[in-house]
Amino acid sequence: MALDIVSWLAVGLILATSTTILITRDWRISLGSLAVQYIAVFWLTSRHLPFVMGSVKLIAGWMVVAALGMTRLGLTSMDKEEEDTFWPRGQWFRIILMLIVTLVTVGATPRVEAAIPGLGFPVIAGGLLLVGAGVVHLGVTSELLRVALGLLTMLAGFEIIYAAVESSILVTGFLAVTNLGLGIVGSYLLIAGSTPLESEEEL
Amino acid sequence: MSAPILWIVTPFAAGVLILFLLREKYSAWAGGTLSAILALIALIFPIDTAMLLGSISIKISPSIQFFGRSFEFSIADGPLLAIIYGLAALWFFGTEASGTANRFVSLGLMIVSLLTASIAVEPFLFAALLLEIAAMLVIPLLVPPYQKPGRGVVRFLIYQTLAMPFILFSGWMLAGVEASPGDLGTTTQAGAMLGLGFAFLLAVFPLYNWIPMLMEEASPYASGFLLWVLPTFTVIFALGFLDRYAWLRTTPQLASAIQFAGVFMVASGGIFASLQRHIGRMLGYATIAETGLLILIMGVRSSEIVNLTFLILIPRGLALAVWALALSIIKRSAYSLRFSEVQGMARSYPIAVGAIILSHLSMTGFPLLAGFPARLAIWQELAGQSLSTSIWVFIGMSGLLVAATRTLAVFVMVEKEKKWGLNESWVQMSMLGLGMIGLFILGMFPQILQPFLADLPLLFNRIGQ
Repeated sequence: MALDIVSWLAVGLILATSTTILITRDWRISLGSLAVQYIAVFWLTSRHLPFVMGSVKLIAGWMVVAALGMTRLGLTSMDKEEEDTFWPRGQWFRIILMLIVTLVTVGATPRVEAAIPGLGFPVIAGGLLLVGAGVVHLGVTSELLRVALGLLTMLAGFEIIYAAVESSILVTGFLAVTNLGLGIVGSYLLIAGSTPLESEEEL
Repeated sequence: MSAPILWIVTPFAAGVLILFLLREKYSAWAGGTLSAILALIALIFPIDTAMLLGSISIKISPSIQFFGRSFEFSIADGPLLAIIYGLAALWFFGTEASGTANRFVSLGLMIVSLLTASIAVEPFLFAALLLEIAAMLVIPLLVPPYQKPGRGVVRFLIYQTLAMPFILFSGWMLAGVEASPGDLGTTTQAGAMLGLGFAFLLAVFPLYNWIPMLMEEASPYASGFLLWVLPTFTVIFALGFLDRYAWLRTTPQLASAIQFAGVFMVASGGIFASLQRHIGRMLGYATIAETGLLILIMGVRSSEIVNLTFLILIPRGLALAVWALALSIIKRSAYSLRFSEVQGMARSYPIAVGAIILSHLSMTGFPLLAGFPARLAIWQELAGQSLSTSIWVFIGMSGLLVAATRTLAVFVMVEKEKKWGLNESWVQMSMLGLGMIGLFILGMFPQILQPFLADLPLLFNRIGQ
């Protein structure tokens, strides 16, 4: 019972952090929310995976947050740049999108539980919320840091659900590498173009 | 020595070493030679079979264990490995001539080794993870540190990442379908998820918009390599699915859906190619049309699916390498690949222009060129099954032919006073010359591929039944 309550609290945390990532314009708050989100992801994956394998996701996630944060911290020129001009950019629009994701999750969770018995409602709800939030995020932005956040959020949601059906060490390792890779690629794309050309040969 | 160490660990380690230790000048030769040696070993030494070399007995063991799962090659994988590393050698040797050797060879070796691991990993659906990791390694190739990333690269990353969860989850669902084949709901869900996963991976219409974008914003050689390497391994991965799950092969609705997706890609790729004013984007649309052909073959009811697939994949690797190399040579001089910038270049870069036109014509299935035998075999299969499909494929190929004619017209459009000149270096001329000769040889004597193709159906022995 106590475990279930903590699991539902983790789902609540996921809803709060993913909404914050979607609506905030401050990259520090976004990355902070992502770091907190990984705690909830760790808890929900640990419902089906051993503690050590669940903690791999937490550590890999925090490493990604650190990599993206360190990179973004060094890019002061980006602070002055205007954000992307995709038209539905208002906070209310994004909140409504998250509301739709939440409603879809509420509707889909019992159906998924019926199709795949034994996953547990909090695990399914947490996973679907993150997948939905990630996809919505990818749909409303083309800014590099936000794309990385959207992909990481979507992947975290998938990992929660997939951990319940596949407990292979190799898969856990590869998924951790994928997360780290996304963080590194995101960091690389952020700094690409900000360094001057060193020599003519590089042309 | 075990096969996975030889064809996965060795090239990966070599890639890392080349990245940190070797100067750019030598990396093309180092990477190319290593790949050629690996291709030769795959061709000469059968896996899991003892061979006597004088008094020494050599046997390449087929598998290794890694974190509780195995990476395994069979004896039938030999020709496939020879094709993969042979074509990779071609790309790596070409890097010096293209002027893109910087990091290309090292990252390329790592990408090819990871993708080779995707063929070997058991359970095979874990390959989706390796494809995703390889796709991430492609990013530094496409975006040099001094260039701002464009939308094409970002979309590529998003689509490849979205593909992985669909494939992994559908793989898990397919196991359930196998256990209870009568459950129509699960079967439909698994089929839909698998279809979406491969639609993202293979850039099925309308998810291919990143390809022309990428061809405009990134190096043509790096983009060409990406458009060769990822679809090739994805198609092999898809054949694995078709081979293992009988219901995927036998469901008529699924076969129709695959055929429809393929035909749409061939027709739209060809038509859009004919409307372009940028020769890089034309290459992009030509690869889309060819990927469409590969998808179309998978939906055809035939015992020749595997042979037809590899009959396309081998010339595709050669034609794309020659085309991308020639484009990168032209781009170094013209800076942009728009028609207005490359007009009249046939007189200053005749070899590169000839290579572009020949590769383009090869991909349209022009007689005597490498793509022709495969197209002929596909026409033969399609003609017996569906007239409308054949007509749409004909429209697509005609579009590519129109694009080739327009390109040729722009290249030769020049004032009479302009003199002819050879501005390519001797390395570029020899690489392009060899490539063009290869295109003719594969077109006129396709039987030289027989030693490679003969054993490949054994890899997917249930598809041909």
